[in-house]
Amino acid sequence: MAEAASDPRDVMRTADGTPLKVSIARALRRNRLMALGLIAPLFLFILFSFLIPIVDMSLRSIDNSVVPDNLPRTVEALADWDGENLPPESAFAALAEDLRDGRESREIGKVATRLNYEISGMRGTVMGTSRRVDRIIESGAFKEGLIDANEDWGKPETWLLLKRLSSPYTFGYYLNSLDLRFDPQGAVEAQPEFRRIYVDLFIRTLWMSLLITGLTILLGYPIAHLMATMPLRYSNLLMILVLLPFWTSLLVRTTAWIVMLQSEGVVNSVLVWIGILSDDGRLELIHNKVGTIVAMTHILLPFMVLPLYSVMKTIPPSYMRAARSLGANQFTAFVRIYMPQTVAGIGAGSILVFILAIGYYITPALVGGTSGTLISNQIAYHMQSSLNWGLAAALGVILLGLVIGLYFTYNRLVGVDKMKLG
Amino acid sequence: MKKTLRYTTIGLAGIAGLAFAASAQAVELNVVSWGGAYTASQLKAYHQPYMAANPDVQLNSLDYSGGLAEVRAQAEAGNVTWDLVDVVVADAIRGCDEGLFMELDHNAMLEAAPDGTPPMEDFLEGTVSDCFVPQIIYSFAFAYRTDAFKGEQPKTMADVFDLEKFPGKRTLQRSPVNNLEWALIADGVPVNEVYDVLDTPEGIERAFAKLDTIKSEVIWWTEGAVPAQLLADGEVVFGNGYNGRLFSAIEEEKQPLAMIWDGQVLDIDGWAVPADGKNIDEVLKFMRFATDTQRLADQAKYISYGPARKSSLPLVSTHAELGIDMEPHMPTKYAELGFLTNFQWWADNRDELNERFEAWLQQ
Amino acid sequence: MALPAYAGPLERTWYYSYRVICAAIFLFLIAPILVIIPLSFNAVPFFTFTPEMLSFDPAGYSLRWYRDFVNNPQWIHSLQNSFIVAIASTILATVLGTLAALGLSRPYTPYKSIIMGLLISPMIVPLIISATGMFFFYSSIGLAQTHLGIILAHTALGTPFVVITVTATLIGFDQSLIRAAQNLGASPTTVFFQVIMPLILPGVISGGLFAFITSFDEVVVVLFLADFDQRTIPLQMFSGLREQISPTILAVATILVTFSIILLTTVELLRRRNERMRGMSPQ
Repeated sequence: MAEAASDPRDVMRTADGTPLKVSIARALRRNRLMALGLIAPLFLFILFSFLIPIVDMSLRSIDNSVVPDNLPRTVEALADWDGENLPPESAFAALAEDLRDGRESREIGKVATRLNYEISGMRGTVMGTSRRVDRIIESGAFKEGLIDANEDWGKPETWLLLKRLSSPYTFGYYLNSLDLRFDPQGAVEAQPEFRRIYVDLFIRTLWMSLLITGLTILLGYPIAHLMATMPLRYSNLLMILVLLPFWTSLLVRTTAWIVMLQSEGVVNSVLVWIGILSDDGRLELIHNKVGTIVAMTHILLPFMVLPLYSVMKTIPPSYMRAARSLGANQFTAFVRIYMPQTVAGIGAGSILVFILAIGYYITPALVGGTSGTLISNQIAYHMQSSLNWGLAAALGVILLGLVIGLYFTYNRLVGVDKMKLG
Repeated sequence: MKKTLRYTTIGLAGIAGLAFAASAQAVELNVVSWGGAYTASQLKAYHQPYMAANPDVQLNSLDYSGGLAEVRAQAEAGNVTWDLVDVVVADAIRGCDEGLFMELDHNAMLEAAPDGTPPMEDFLEGTVSDCFVPQIIYSFAFAYRTDAFKGEQPKTMADVFDLEKFPGKRTLQRSPVNNLEWALIADGVPVNEVYDVLDTPEGIERAFAKLDTIKSEVIWWTEGAVPAQLLADGEVVFGNGYNGRLFSAIEEEKQPLAMIWDGQVLDIDGWAVPADGKNIDEVLKFMRFATDTQRLADQAKYISYGPARKSSLPLVSTHAELGIDMEPHMPTKYAELGFLTNFQWWADNRDELNERFEAWLQQ
Repeated sequence: MALPAYAGPLERTWYYSYRVICAAIFLFLIAPILVIIPLSFNAVPFFTFTPEMLSFDPAGYSLRWYRDFVNNPQWIHSLQNSFIVAIASTILATVLGTLAALGLSRPYTPYKSIIMGLLISPMIVPLIISATGMFFFYSSIGLAQTHLGIILAHTALGTPFVVITVTATLIGFDQSLIRAAQNLGASPTTVFFQVIMPLILPGVISGGLFAFITSFDEVVVVLFLADFDQRTIPLQMFSGLREQISPTILAVATILVTFSIILLTTVELLRRRNERMRGMSPQ
């Protein structure tokens, strides 16, 4: 409309005499400000309570300050080293002094841990040497002293590693997350076969989360539809059944599934009792993928049912009656008229379920066995046990990136405007 | 067990009562431990007598599930709220390396034995480390179901790995630690040579190859509560777990299980003091009390873990509620059948072997 | 969805088999609860149906875990904390989330998908990473080890649910209804409560429920942020996972389930009474 009024002498005006174009622009601006005003409180809240802490945490995935901070002299001495053979005596002297300072400030263990991520055994090398370093400094023969303390100091790879870790930033953790690593010369290469785990785990995590999402749609859609089309007095009673599992903690529900699924468990025993299975033919339903899928589908099912229900509740039943009176059979009416209107609910439920599934680790750890554990288990391991927070953060950032990528794909493919097109 | 729990309840009620009654100037110490029956035994042996003797000190008992994530996060944030942490020795070494725990002067900070032996000599050999005061010796041992096999019963580690003679599922911890050692022992390596063999690439290959032979029959656990549950349910015929938990399943809950002490791995649990805590002086006082000869012996009344002091061993008496002699249930009695984990070796090799172990699991 | 009188035989078969399928799905939903309730009366500390229980021998049953719960002030204290934290963070999350969803659903909102992505990020980031990050930041501003800190953290974790569910209900929302109301002279407050709210209420309620449950069942963040005084039910439940999970958690779960059945049934009865009083027939 506004575009039509291109001739300035013939502009459409609103009642108070302002040109319509201006008025619309103003209304749009007001609308935008209003929308942003509504969003602002939550946005600011999330920014301070969540985003700042997370950005801070994820910066650890590229942080490599341990070596430059704690071995400053060594880093400087190695700056001019060409990487051929062994570095000059001055580098050995610098390292000895750094080790002494590090032992006194008790920071040297951080260096030891950091180096050990790259080459197994470096922890012992650094810690052991640091205990003997006073004598080496006294003797003045740094090179012999250090090599005598531990033969690793006589290997060029050790020094190449130190040189490579001299920069305060690294992409090493991201490489490790993708089963890659730097070779001693600093070029990227694949991890040896027996250390490749993360790529497979990422793929499995995505695949299982998708499968679980699909299953929750399959199970959630019929009951949400049933409840949405029933009289309220019955559907509210059924709703209690959907809500009850929520009141039992995750740990309790997981434990309940163990009781249900194990080989002497409820499901197997019932099947044996009614004669479907023989006593020694009991199914393996747990400590494998099946266990994870069943337990997680159950735990996440309400996250699909509730959004579906709240969307289905807004669809007037008259639409279906109209379609049928126009000659569509029940199936056609359902597929052509009803389902398109529930896409928003499916979308919301799928996003919820998929994203939650991707981050679960306690349930897979308890019921998943070896084939049913997910990437989050590794993240938790590196956060809590190995304390390799850089790697944990890198894995987390990649996971986050995957989810955001999928979210945008979903937005593009299914789109929030889908309803208007249908 | 019923009684244990009732006493726990009373104990906790007592602590909470004190918590509400505590006046504002009382010192509060946050003591962190593993929870469950283990914390209950500590409350009875250490916390309650100490608070009774020092009414101005309030000990808060917090639970955690291991690892150093919280300790490290507190140290990095400069907000250390945990005053004393019960840790396994592997974590103590790692935390000590990183400067998360305070270095201790054991002889000056701890009680001597009643006969005057200094603490460094009274604690069992190889258990003390720079930031760590040992408390109890526990073991990872196997138990098996006594109703699973007719005729010959399993006795050795080789039997655990023998699927033909003793078929059925086993449950092992999902970690390379201990499993590689056991695989070698089952493969005929003498206990005292395990780490020499493991220190070579061929030794590691050999251990994984042996594990391959039982891989299809293993359920891997990650939470310590799981193995006793699986054994009690009859889901597995062998399971390795904390000996104290297996003890309570056998003796208190009368489950049809028996221990295999052969090849048991002795491990140490004890105290570490987070560096830069707010109440270091008070905590050291409590730790001095809680690790004296009598207190360590007392704890063994409530849980079947062996005290870490030589002078405590003769004082270990009968179980406080069951009235049975605890001595045959102490892992320390069977020490010659097992070995102490080589913590330094694992500290050096754990990062790589864990990845390798996980990759092996996925194959 | 009553069966219309003109339904053919095929439709009838489908109608009944559909109900059977739904019944099976509902059974799947509550099966674990059916298992938990009897097991909470177990006499041994394992999650197992013992032979005594299966033969209905009274010796196989006991109230041991219920006594354990009632006699333990830590459990009661955790229960209080859980409710305080969950209710406070649900209210905050619902208000903030609903407003934001309204803003996001208006036409011409700029940078919609980026804002949406940021707002739902608390749901995406692995919890263990959120927990550590929050611990660092909250410690530096003195919020760690306080109830407020945990409430704020749980609010952040809960808002994505509200944003997603309310946005979903608003997608079919006809914006011209707002203009119509405004034309008829309604103030923005009136428009919100009389026009918008009734339409988005199902979404708000289900989002609020999710926020509540997220907080009520969350353990990782609490583990980092809570001190002795802030321990919640899940934290209490996870303690001892290394050695022995006490069946007390089953007793607690049973008590909570009973409590929620009573609560939900009361709400439903009140609603029906209300309907009768207003002379409306149940729809």
